[in-house]
Amino acid sequence: MALKARGKETLAAYLFLSPNLIGFMVFTFLPVFVSLLLSFYAWDITSAPKFVGIDNFVKLLGFHSEGGSLVVNDTKFWQYLWNTLFLMFSIPICMMASLGLAIALNRKIKGESVFRTLFFLPSICPGVAVAILWLWIFNPDFGMLNNIIYWIGKFLGFVIPGPLWLNSPGWAKPSLMLMNFWIAIGGMNMILYLAALQGIPRDFYEAAEIDGANGWQKFWAITWPQISPTTFFIFLMSIIGGFQGGFMQAYIMTGGGPGGATTTIEYYIFNNLYTWQNVGYASAIAWFLFIVIFAFSLVNWRYGGKLVHY
Amino acid sequence: MAEKKIKRRSAAGSKEKGLQFFAYTVLVIGAISMIMPFLWMTTTSLKTLDAIFIQPKNWIQMFVPTMFKWENYAEAFRVVPFAKFYLNSIFVGLAVTIGQVLTSSMAAYAFSRLTFPGRDKLFFAYLATMMIPGSVTMIPVYVLMRLFGWVDTYKALIIPMIFSAYGTFMLRQFFMTLPKDLEDAAKIDGCGFFRIFWTIILPLSKPALATLTVFTFMGNWGNFMWPLLVTNTDSMRTLPIGLESFKTQYSTDWHLLMAGSVMAMLPIVIIFIFTQRYFVESIKLTGVKG
Repeated sequence: MALKARGKETLAAYLFLSPNLIGFMVFTFLPVFVSLLLSFYAWDITSAPKFVGIDNFVKLLGFHSEGGSLVVNDTKFWQYLWNTLFLMFSIPICMMASLGLAIALNRKIKGESVFRTLFFLPSICPGVAVAILWLWIFNPDFGMLNNIIYWIGKFLGFVIPGPLWLNSPGWAKPSLMLMNFWIAIGGMNMILYLAALQGIPRDFYEAAEIDGANGWQKFWAITWPQISPTTFFIFLMSIIGGFQGGFMQAYIMTGGGPGGATTTIEYYIFNNLYTWQNVGYASAIAWFLFIVIFAFSLVNWRYGGKLVHY
Repeated sequence: MAEKKIKRRSAAGSKEKGLQFFAYTVLVIGAISMIMPFLWMTTTSLKTLDAIFIQPKNWIQMFVPTMFKWENYAEAFRVVPFAKFYLNSIFVGLAVTIGQVLTSSMAAYAFSRLTFPGRDKLFFAYLATMMIPGSVTMIPVYVLMRLFGWVDTYKALIIPMIFSAYGTFMLRQFFMTLPKDLEDAAKIDGCGFFRIFWTIILPLSKPALATLTVFTFMGNWGNFMWPLLVTNTDSMRTLPIGLESFKTQYSTDWHLLMAGSVMAMLPIVIIFIFTQRYFVESIKLTGVKG
C-alpha cells in the first residue's frame, strides 16, 4: 500500500518534471557534451565534420617559432582576451559607485522610489536601444558628450578638444567602460547593496556611537564587514558576466574595431560560429571561457569565502 | 552642563544636516546624468534629420527641437516593417514567458513538494548548468536549429528559450517556504497531486510567479544574440534586431533610429514603473541573502 503510494508519487513527479526535463535535456544538458565534442572537430555545418583532435586548442592556446622567436598561434585571440579583461577593470569602480548611491539612498530621503526608478532605468532598457543611444552620444561631431565638453571649454575660456570616442583605438575601450558604468551603477548591484544595508541592525551603530565612533570608523567597523557577503557576490557575478560580455556593443556600436580594440571573447565566438562558420573553433573558445570562469569561481569560493564575514 | 549637551546635539544635528545635503546632491547629480541621455534620445527622435546634424549653441537648442516632428514615429513604421518587429517581440515574449512559467512551476513543484528517486542529483544537475556560459550551449543548439530546419521560424525563437534552470530554481526556493499542512489537509480530502498544484500551490505563489513573469518577459524583450543567430528575414525579426535595419549601408536615419529605440523601450519602462515596488522587493529577496 505504502509502496503503491510511493510509486504513484514518483510517477506524478516525473510527469510534472517531464516538460521541463525534456527541454532541459535537449537544449542544455546534451548541448554541453555536444559542444565539448565539437571542440575536437573542424566543421562548417554544411559538409561532414572532421575529427582534428586537439588542433583547435593548439591553435587557440599554443605558439610556434617564427624567425627565431616564439609567436602565439592566434594573436587575435590574445588581443581579444586582453580587451575582455581590460573592460572588466571598471568593475571595482562601478561597485564602489553603486555602494555610494545605495548609502545615499539608505538615508531618510524624500522621493526614494523616484530616485530608485531613475537609477534603475538604464539597466532594464533593452540593451540594443541603449547601445544605439550611446553610439549617438559618442558621435565626435554631433554627440551629446563632445557638445558638453565644448561648452565646458567655452565656459573656462579655452577649447578642450573632445576625443573621437569609439572611433579612436585608445578611447574605444574607455568609452565602452563609461557606457557600462552608466548602465550598471544604479542597477541590480545598487539594489542588492541597498538590501544589505537595510539588513544591518541599528543597534550596532548605536553601540558604536556610544563608544564615540565617527562616520568612517562606523563604516569600516560595521557597514563594510556586514555587507561583505554582498560585495563578494556582486564581484563574482560581475566577473562572470564580464568574461561573457561585450557582444552587443561590438556588434551594434563598433563592429569590434577600431583595429580589434573592442572585440571581446564573446564576439570572437559569435564571429567564428556565425560569420566564418568555424563551429569547432567556436566551441573550443567557448570551452576555454567555461574553464576560466569555473576556475575563477572556484578560487573565489575557496579564498574569497575566508575574507567574508557571515 | 545642560548648555553643553544642547550645543553638542546641535553640532551633531548640523553635521547630520550636512550629510543629508551631501546625499541629496549626489543623488540629484546622479539622477540627472541617468535621465539626460534618455531626454536627449527623446528630443532627437522629434527633430528633423537636418536639425540633428547642427551643432547646438546652448542647452536649450540641444534639448528642445525648433519644431516637434511627431511624424518621425509614423515614418519609422513606414521605412521599416516596424509593426511586424513589434508584434514578433510581443508574441515571442508572451509565448516564452507563458511556457517558462508553466514548465518551471511544474518542475519546481516536483522538486520542492514531491519525493522521488534521484531528485537531489537531478536538481544539482540543474544548478550546475547555471554556471556554464551561454555560448557553450548556444553553439550546439544553433546547429540543432539548422538541422531541424527551424532557422527563421518562431519555433527557433521560442522553444529553446522556454526551459529555464533559473526559473525552476527560483520557484523551487519559493515553494519550499509554503506550509506543508495545507497540502496534507487536501490529501486527506482526496485531492490528487495536480489538484494540489493547481488549487493550492499556484494561488499561494502569486508573488513569485509574477516576478518570474516580469523577469522573463523583460529579459526576452531585450534578447539580442539568439534572435540574431536564428532569424534572417524581416518577417521574423524581433525589435532589437529590427532596429538595426534603420542603419543602411550608406547612411543612418538617426532621428528614426531614435524614434524606434524610444518605442522599443516604452513597454519595458511602463511595465517597470507599474511593478517597480514589487520588482525591487523581489530582487532583494531572490538576489542574494545578505
